[in-house]
Amino acid sequence: MKKTFSVVLLLLSCITYGQEYFPANTEVKVSSNNIVAFKNAKIYITPTTVVNNGILLIENGKIIASGTMVTIPKNAEVIDVSGKSIYPSFIDIYSNFGMEKPKREPQNFNNAQYDATRSGYYWNDHIRPETKGLDHFKFDDKLVSDYLKEGFGTVNTHFQDGIIRGNGVLIALNPNSNDSYRIIDTNSAQYLSFQKSSQSRQMYPNSLMGAMALIRQTYLDADWYAKGMTKNKDLSLEALNKNKNLPQIFEAGSKLNALRADKVGDEFAVQYVIVGGGDEYENIREIKNTNATFILPLNFRKAYDVSDPFLAADVDLSDLKKWNQEPYNPKVLNENGVPFVFTMHSLKSVSEFSKNLQKAIEVGLNKTAALEALTTVPAAILGKSHLIGSLKNGSYANFLITSGDLFDKNTIIYENWVQGKKNSINSMDIKDLTGSYDLKFNNSQLNLTITGKADKQTATLKKGEAKVASKFSFKDNWIYLQVKSEIDSTKYVQLSSRVQANSSDLSGNGIDEKGNTFNWEAKKSENDKEKITKEKPDKSQVVESFIPVTFPNVAFGFNEKPKQTELLIKNATVWTGENQGILKNTDILIKSGKIVQIGSNINGGKATIIDGTGKHLTAGIIDEHTHIGTDAVNEAGHNSTAEVSIEDVINPDDIKIYRNLAGGVTSAQILHGSANPIGGRSAIIKMKWGENATNLIYTNTPKFIKFALGENVKQSRSTNGTRFPQTRMGVEQLFIDYFQRAKEYDVLKKSGKPFRKDIELDILAEIINGERYISCHSYVQSEINMLMKVAEQFNFKINTFTHILEGYKVADKMKEHGVGASTFADWWAYKFEVVDAIPQNPSILHNVGVTVAINSDDAEMGRRLNQEAAKSIKYGNVSEIDALNFVTINPAKLLHIDHRVGSIKVGKDADVVLWSDHPLSVYAKAEKTIIEGVIYFDMEKDLELRTQVKEERNNLINLMLNEKSNGGETQSVRKKPEQDFHCDTVLHY
Amino acid sequence: MKNKFIFKIVCFLFIGNTILAQQTPAPKQSTDYSIEGATAHIGNGTIIENSLIMFSNGKIQFVGKAEMKIARIGTVIDGKNLHVYPGFIVANSTLGLGEIDAVKATIDDEETGTMLPHIRSLIAYNAESKVVESMRPNGVLMGQITPQGGVISGTSSIVQFDAWNWEDAAIKADAGIHLNWPKSLTRGRWWMGEDAGAKPNKEYSNEVEKLKTYLLDGQRYLASSKNPKNLPFEALNGLFNGSKKLFIAAEKAKEITDAIAFCNELGIKNIVLVFSNEAYKVANLIKENNIAVIVDKSHRTPDHNDDDFDLPYRNAQLLVEKGITVCIGDTGRMSARNLPFYAGTYAAYGLGKNEALKLITLNAAKILGIDDIVGSLEVGKLATLFISEGDALDMRTNKLTHAFIEGRKISLETHQTELSDRYSKKYGIK
Repeated sequence: MKKTFSVVLLLLSCITYGQEYFPANTEVKVSSNNIVAFKNAKIYITPTTVVNNGILLIENGKIIASGTMVTIPKNAEVIDVSGKSIYPSFIDIYSNFGMEKPKREPQNFNNAQYDATRSGYYWNDHIRPETKGLDHFKFDDKLVSDYLKEGFGTVNTHFQDGIIRGNGVLIALNPNSNDSYRIIDTNSAQYLSFQKSSQSRQMYPNSLMGAMALIRQTYLDADWYAKGMTKNKDLSLEALNKNKNLPQIFEAGSKLNALRADKVGDEFAVQYVIVGGGDEYENIREIKNTNATFILPLNFRKAYDVSDPFLAADVDLSDLKKWNQEPYNPKVLNENGVPFVFTMHSLKSVSEFSKNLQKAIEVGLNKTAALEALTTVPAAILGKSHLIGSLKNGSYANFLITSGDLFDKNTIIYENWVQGKKNSINSMDIKDLTGSYDLKFNNSQLNLTITGKADKQTATLKKGEAKVASKFSFKDNWIYLQVKSEIDSTKYVQLSSRVQANSSDLSGNGIDEKGNTFNWEAKKSENDKEKITKEKPDKSQVVESFIPVTFPNVAFGFNEKPKQTELLIKNATVWTGENQGILKNTDILIKSGKIVQIGSNINGGKATIIDGTGKHLTAGIIDEHTHIGTDAVNEAGHNSTAEVSIEDVINPDDIKIYRNLAGGVTSAQILHGSANPIGGRSAIIKMKWGENATNLIYTNTPKFIKFALGENVKQSRSTNGTRFPQTRMGVEQLFIDYFQRAKEYDVLKKSGKPFRKDIELDILAEIINGERYISCHSYVQSEINMLMKVAEQFNFKINTFTHILEGYKVADKMKEHGVGASTFADWWAYKFEVVDAIPQNPSILHNVGVTVAINSDDAEMGRRLNQEAAKSIKYGNVSEIDALNFVTINPAKLLHIDHRVGSIKVGKDADVVLWSDHPLSVYAKAEKTIIEGVIYFDMEKDLELRTQVKEERNNLINLMLNEKSNGGETQSVRKKPEQDFHCDTVLHY
Repeated sequence: MKNKFIFKIVCFLFIGNTILAQQTPAPKQSTDYSIEGATAHIGNGTIIENSLIMFSNGKIQFVGKAEMKIARIGTVIDGKNLHVYPGFIVANSTLGLGEIDAVKATIDDEETGTMLPHIRSLIAYNAESKVVESMRPNGVLMGQITPQGGVISGTSSIVQFDAWNWEDAAIKADAGIHLNWPKSLTRGRWWMGEDAGAKPNKEYSNEVEKLKTYLLDGQRYLASSKNPKNLPFEALNGLFNGSKKLFIAAEKAKEITDAIAFCNELGIKNIVLVFSNEAYKVANLIKENNIAVIVDKSHRTPDHNDDDFDLPYRNAQLLVEKGITVCIGDTGRMSARNLPFYAGTYAAYGLGKNEALKLITLNAAKILGIDDIVGSLEVGKLATLFISEGDALDMRTNKLTHAFIEGRKISLETHQTELSDRYSKKYGIK
């Protein structure tokens, strides 16, 4: 392979000299070194260097001169393009042009695949930096013409498969040549994504967070390999190290993934160029902070067909809004100084590109920025500004000849020259005939109106106001017009005319219905052209104004982020969660996000007063165990995945966050699922609706990790599970194995000797060192007991058993170990290991002295955890104060955030809920949910937001109805997939 | 693998048999009871404070004020500060048709096939289910046991929850036929790389048409000499003259509208809508056609991201305010004991407590066609009732002291209370 590679490089260096050393056996050897000069053009040498009446000189596929002070050599072929414009042709750096489709390895439903299929490469099949784009490339002779039509002259194409995908190939879209000339660079950029390779069914990673972790570990291993510390050969890591200095292009596909990719890049000092998703405008501040250049697909959605009102109700406001907002994305990025380029990637049809680009311009994208995004910026990303993207000397002669301003919708692209070879798009000689003509023949006087562009010009014929049946065609400078005869409706009058370059009138010969010939003429009425355009206003000229982004940009998002204020809650029944118990008729003063005073008749100064008369105030509810607000739950590809973290995949736009607020929840632990014994790390968040993912996560957050036991981890219900362990016996050994390895790793790490950094073992070492806490999914008593013994063997303590439905059977042992319990109020009977689950579990554990929390693991239950707590009064006779503690201070203790939240105490975060009724009653409603002094949920504000949702929906639906009735394209309604995640949810990502 | 499986079953049986059998059903009422001084929640929307309720031979003999000078019969229960309710009824339930959700061997709620009107839930109802037993301490004493599979799922029966076997349990056998109306939206097969979002179902009209053909064929069969016998069609008997109810699970407004038009066209008069989350959008149509609705539990998340967070909580109120008769269903087994709390939430969000109580008592009885014998505390009805320390719709105060089914004083112990007692004793806690 290497041999071929160097040959290709050699060829490249000879490109300007032609295939000079190739033997010729069919003719005498001729070399073509014509110089072509284009004169009288408006030339965009770069988007910002524009000359009028300029000259462009090309030779051997390259530009040798451009500008006004250019002398045309005598031997040059001169093309006069007066009135026309010349632009550098476009570049798409995220293309799969000419690439073979990755082969899809069929899924094996009997055996999941855990190991790599290849040897000599990295341990994970989805890391393929050694892939050479050229190996999969075959110039697509058919597709090239579509690309040329859209104005593209160069593509950087790559084999779109895998997480690290190897390098791309820079190709000139020159159908008049061969690869010897078209290949500009075989090693132009390295590509990455979060998508697995379809060529392998290796299970890991099967989540977004797993993909992120895998990229990190690969970088670490590449570094280790580069230092020569690895005994084995690893062609993947070798290639990765070799590609290190190439531009790194990451397909993110959405704003959230863009931020995630950038986060990974930042950790390793790699600045990705990011393929976006078109929704960057929603979080423009965060997007700008990535400092990345964005590659934007121009796949604006069509309006939804909302003509059935019932069906229309199934489309989310966020989707309706995106139809309006997406075309503004490039404009918003540009105005915020975020550099970007365009790609045809993800378009259903190539021809949508220019249409959507036009739309982006119509809604206000600066034309220079648009041209830069298609020429100079992509060239600069690849470090190829000297070769492509401009019309400076030495660049490839890749340029467009247009009838005028490239971004004017009436402009025609005539020719797209690539490497000095002409590709005709629309004949430059096609005359613009549009206008109104007085057509006379024999005794008829008719009005002929011609509209349309280039070879698509069409005509209508009228007599007075009445339309006359006719057929018009215009080809190769000839007009043919068939007119239905007035005398004999079965016959036609035929007219023809050769269009004259120097006359605006038409004239020619005709044959009437009887076969007699005659002459005819049609005089153009000069002032009619304007009138025609006025009569038929183009609907695409109607630009809808941008519907403002809300925080988040979904239903019930705020127009402005709510602000922290000083609040005085007066005369409420306060459940302190502290020794004072319940205080009646009490005031609470909140300043700077903290509780500053608890008492009666507090003078709040300028604080906003909230009347708490007849209402109850409690600390915000804390859910020890939930899976809302995340884009991943399980990384099930390995039996241990300590390297993954939910913090990587928080989705702050999830409506379930708002709904949790409406249920009085202020904090929660977002846990990894229970697919494996050692799961991923948690995110502990506050429900700050409207903030970004980073701001949701606790500052100085306690470190947690999910462990799991029992049926889920031993794959009891899996049809193809073959992973170790398959029994509870194996689960114990797995833990011991990993902890032992982590211990040995930690010793080596601390010894100062060189060591291979392993994220997974780093995390496990944190556990042994008491720096990270385990929240362990658990059901039956044997396994609960087992894990405590394993922990004791390694001298640490399990922090929390979550679910822990048989905790009541080993409550004494748990008390002795010092572990807490976070359990369900009344769940049972959903699987075999919960046949002995009882609703008295929380009360028994509590009475034995274990710290007990009640959790949800469920987006529905999460929003009424106060009621779940109340069930322990019914089933277990606990006191009401204890019951409320199960969902406030106790989970705070278990999560090590009780110094900040969980009770109403001076100095703690002002995370409180004002309830309409006794907070443990089924009738209680959260009227106000406050986090750090910010009112994130307010029942009255909620009513306003409902009205706003209704109005915005109605407004957009009407715009879409309008779009449809005006003949605009629509798409079928689509209801977003439901996202109800539990412990055992494995997402398709 | 197979051995392992059998081993698991053996394990389960072992645990089940040696430690904890289901509570022994109570014998026929032999002692009369008078409950005096309690707040009686009649079930029809009214309340009697300081009430007197007397029952013997399984039937209610007296309901009135405690001030009434009338001889108390049998054992007198002091009901001061207590509350009496008619036994709660869960509609559209799968209780007794499954024991452990994830263990297929224990599940009998979905038959294979599409048109299954002849499939009868009653004979698979496990009267000894521990899950059924766990309903009783919450006041849920009766249920409509409903098959779930296919397009026409089969025939449901109404049972009470203290019985030796399914024959004992039956209150009303083969009460109604259950139909899963075709879905107007379908999801892509995301595991095949298709869009996971839901789009209009292109087959919807065809599926409705198929159903129509099937029912018309059945109608013709029933009018014919019925030779040879066709089991599924036989089971349709009663559907066209209104003597058997058709329970139609149709979620979306379009589906509901189509289903109503469909039934009108076919002359199917006695229909009930099930889990029609969008019924509120076409409430007037439903009311005009005098159709009752079994609503889903209030404890669910909204169907749309744009829905009001409390839309599921207000669902019942939105229908009741239009004059529609509503009761509550829950196909979940372990969750069905929360039936009173679903009603409590409906109460909090617009209905009020008395109206909400009707959803799980008299309305449920009416919709299931058993209101002549149960559903309210009225003379002549079965003495299927319970006493709670407080408001039974609120988990904070739902605490049963007594429960009676047909006058039989039933045990409020369960597999779960026994385990609780056992381990509490171990730790020396109360």
